[in-house]
Amino acid sequence: MMAGQRFSFFAGALALGLYAQSFDAPAQDVTKVSVTLKDHKFSPAEPTVPAGKPIVIEVSNLDSTPSEFESKTLRVEKAVPAGGKISVQVRPLTSGRYRFFDDYHEDTTEGFLVVK
Amino acid sequence: MLGALIIVFREVIEAGLIVGIVLAVTKGLAGSRLAIAVGVLAGVVGASLVAAFAGAIGEALAGVGQEVFNALILFIAVVMLTWHNVWMASHGRELAADVKRVGEAVRSGSQSIFALGVVCAVAVMREGSEVALFMYGLLAAGGSTTTELMIGSLLGLAAGVAVTALTYLGLVAIPQRRLFAVTTALISLLAAGLAAQAVLFLQQAGILTMLSQTAWDTSAVLSDTSLFGRVLHTLVGYSDQPSVLQVVAYCATLAVIVVLTKTVGSRRAAAVKARRAAAG
Repeated sequence: MMAGQRFSFFAGALALGLYAQSFDAPAQDVTKVSVTLKDHKFSPAEPTVPAGKPIVIEVSNLDSTPSEFESKTLRVEKAVPAGGKISVQVRPLTSGRYRFFDDYHEDTTEGFLVVK
Repeated sequence: MLGALIIVFREVIEAGLIVGIVLAVTKGLAGSRLAIAVGVLAGVVGASLVAAFAGAIGEALAGVGQEVFNALILFIAVVMLTWHNVWMASHGRELAADVKRVGEAVRSGSQSIFALGVVCAVAVMREGSEVALFMYGLLAAGGSTTTELMIGSLLGLAAGVAVTALTYLGLVAIPQRRLFAVTTALISLLAAGLAAQAVLFLQQAGILTMLSQTAWDTSAVLSDTSLFGRVLHTLVGYSDQPSVLQVVAYCATLAVIVVLTKTVGSRRAAAVKARRAAAG
């Protein structure tokens, strides 16, 4: 039983952590940036956002094929259905250029999030 | 064609490795082959459904449905792998030590096999849904290159099956005595890596926002998108730019599995010893 209790304690702590996170998140000013995907090109290809603030990236896919919005450095990976729209949360970043791409067309479809 | 092959292969490596490991772990256990086959099939069906309803899933839960769904199935895999390891720690020893208890052990063994069947199903479903989405896209795009791209995709899938076979053959070549220790370690690391991936999805959804800083950046040394990086990513959870929270989740999961395995394992061993002493 001891091990079982330990496990439920861990699960409980995790659940509590999730709970606390979802409700106590401070109302920070979030920077929203929208990118569209058409003919397998991002537009704008190099959106600019301020450093040190949480970011929400909205991706609208105007193509008739699905894509997967992905970035190693932004740490995101999300499928965007044909004609669909998704958004991803990105942590506050230090200045620099962060590459993102369509995982299904990585050679041709890329852009950079410019953080200043 | 080569492009499609590579994209599909990249997605199926992880599921291929996991199924290969599970096949090796359950080698010789009655009913395990059926459980794995059903698991993989269920995963393929699930993947197709997930891809077909990608839009609806993505829009669910205020736009974070995709992340929550991914995190959830990864956590299911973590729990199932943990369960299996703990079961092996307790019954594997007992099985060897006390023949009279084998009947009972085999019965609970089928539960452990079920757990691993579920692991195969969720691994195939998660990775496969991206492949299915990609292939849907090819069909939707149409045009003269579609056939060629589809052939490339199918070859990519075949290469994924080859990874399963290689993993299995590589593992079963290990002497039986050591195989148990190797697979226990492999499954623990695999589970920890999956937990870290699940956390990443919750961070992307904005559900977990703490400890989002990058713990280290080894992308210049070994990118986790390279072939070797991908294999390591699955096997031991390697990531070239993990967040601090991912590292915490990895260590916590590993610690929980080790503690559970040791406690349950040693308690069982003591119980078996006591029973033998009473009988003798």
